[in-house]
Amino acid sequence: MNPFRYERAQSGAAAIAAAQHDGDARFVAGGTNILDLMKIHVEAPSLLVDINRLPLSKIELRGDSVHIGALARLNDVAAHPVVRQAFPMVAIALEQSASPQLRNMASMGGNLLQRTRCAYFRDVAAPCNKRAPGSGCGAIGGENRMEAILGTSERCIATHASDVAVPLVALDAVVNVAGPQGSRSIVLSDFYRLPGATPHLETVLVHGELITGLSVPVLPFGARSTYLKVRDRAQYEFALGSAAVALDIEGGTIRQARLALGGVGTVPWRPRAAEHDLTGAPATRTAFEGAAEAALTGARGYGMNDFKIALAKRTLVRALEMVAA
Amino acid sequence: MARTSLSAVALQLSGSGAAVSEPAGPASATATPTFVLDVNGREHQLTVDARVTLLDALRDRLGLTGTKKGCDQGTCGACTVLVNGRRIDSCLTLAVMHEGDRVTTIEGLASGEQLHPIQAAFIKNDAFQCGYCTPGQLMSAVGMVNEGHAIDRNTVREQMSGNICRCGCYPHIVDAVLDWKGRS
Ligand SMILES: Cc1cc2nc3c(=O)[nH]c(=O)nc-3n(C[C@H](O)[C@H](O)[C@H](O)COP(=O)(O)OP(=O)(O)OC[C@H]3O[C@@H](n4cnc5c(N)ncnc54)[C@H](O)[C@@H]3O)c2cc1C
Ligand code: SF4
Ligand code: FES
Ligand code: FES
Repeated sequence: MNPFRYERAQSGAAAIAAAQHDGDARFVAGGTNILDLMKIHVEAPSLLVDINRLPLSKIELRGDSVHIGALARLNDVAAHPVVRQAFPMVAIALEQSASPQLRNMASMGGNLLQRTRCAYFRDVAAPCNKRAPGSGCGAIGGENRMEAILGTSERCIATHASDVAVPLVALDAVVNVAGPQGSRSIVLSDFYRLPGATPHLETVLVHGELITGLSVPVLPFGARSTYLKVRDRAQYEFALGSAAVALDIEGGTIRQARLALGGVGTVPWRPRAAEHDLTGAPATRTAFEGAAEAALTGARGYGMNDFKIALAKRTLVRALEMVAA
Repeated sequence: MARTSLSAVALQLSGSGAAVSEPAGPASATATPTFVLDVNGREHQLTVDARVTLLDALRDRLGLTGTKKGCDQGTCGACTVLVNGRRIDSCLTLAVMHEGDRVTTIEGLASGEQLHPIQAAFIKNDAFQCGYCTPGQLMSAVGMVNEGHAIDRNTVREQMSGNICRCGCYPHIVDAVLDWKGRS
């Protein structure tokens, strides 16, 4: 790790001011991603602003949204009765993230901002446009089994690693942010940026902006939902492919669907065309397979990750069948 | 790849305690915070480089070497300790972040010569070979029970998945936990 100064923020305003005055400052919440990246020299902040004492851990129903504080820990969100009841797919995605120890440490804000697990990004000796803009992409033409097939560019094909962001993007969760210019709220699907020509820019946040929490609108049919994660081992592993599905079904007909895919996109992937196709369709395997085709429109493999195209379709079909059953 | 040894940095700083001129107090930014760490019910005043992880502080500053370093990147669980009763990986958190917290390590589990029941259950069920992962397994098991997860064999397996055992003692570890909680 590089040497850095440490400061414990006593208020949100103090945290924002501290970060704002130092262009190389970073917030630290659970530390499970930033400290890991500092140890391998991918991150080298001059100042770490510890936000853990800020009162941002609440989880509660406010009106018709569930509010989840940015510092709520993954295990606490997964165990919360309101979350489990309103949208089981969020609880399942969290229970299948990382390990029990890490879920006691990791915060919701930090989870949304975690960096990719791309092995070239994590190796400072390798070319990587995300870590060192303009240096090239080691994964294109390299070991790319874990990389993305949707939303890629000729500059970067890194997968977004978060599990819980997948159901949250399907639910139109809103990210609440406070910063040097005041507060704002951003729908999660507008929060993440596709890599395009600037893969080092991953979100719309500007330096010094602090996530204070999430507002997740209660979806009337959110209780009928699941998250299916496919990975190389049963626990403690990132997704090769995953699907979040919520269905509103009446008399065998789908009235509404919310879908999102993980492990395959450079951002948590919301296949809106597939949602549209399912609306009014019968809840049958044929309809699900059609939706899966639509969801993977434009998918592109890079050699070692070609298998993800078929895997993602099957994962989505299986998740749809689980929810419809 | 050049890596600064954090233990070396920490020891260097402790040797030059008086020379550290930064005013202590983590509310203002400092590279060498001074703070109190409560470990196993004892308070320790520390002045360490901000980079020192909780794991390195325990092992290299406080001599509590029961907590093990396996991967140093959150992938093995050998460094598991309890913070305010909750299990965490001590390698991915800074010591200074835990001022005011209650840290419990493997050294704090037994009462004198009286083993904690989970320790006794590990011995009875032959739940280790080399023993390197064992302190982490034990702390994780206690944390899991605090969370109310020691329900049945499958749940225990899943809930202990944050602790890797290179000797492959998993079946006996699950036996030990269930034995302790009187379930099988
Ligand atoms: C071995 C291992 C396995 C894992 N497996 C999974 C998995 O299967 N699924 C999964 O989803 N994740 C997984 N993770 C990732 C883990 O979930 C993230 O590291 C964690 O959620 C990050 O949260 P944190 O609070 O620790 O963030 P930190 O490390 O503290 O911060 C991460 C980033 O977010 C910024 N930040 C944090 N909070 C805020 C805020 N409130 N406002 C603005 N910026 C903020 C920090 O500055 C930093 O840049 C795994 C991690 C490890 C180490
Ligand atoms: S895929 Fe993206 S993160 Fe990975 S090496 Fe290429 S540019 Fe870097
Ligand atoms: S040493 Fe901390 S998880 Fe491996
Ligand atoms: S007993 Fe040897 S690693 Fe677990």
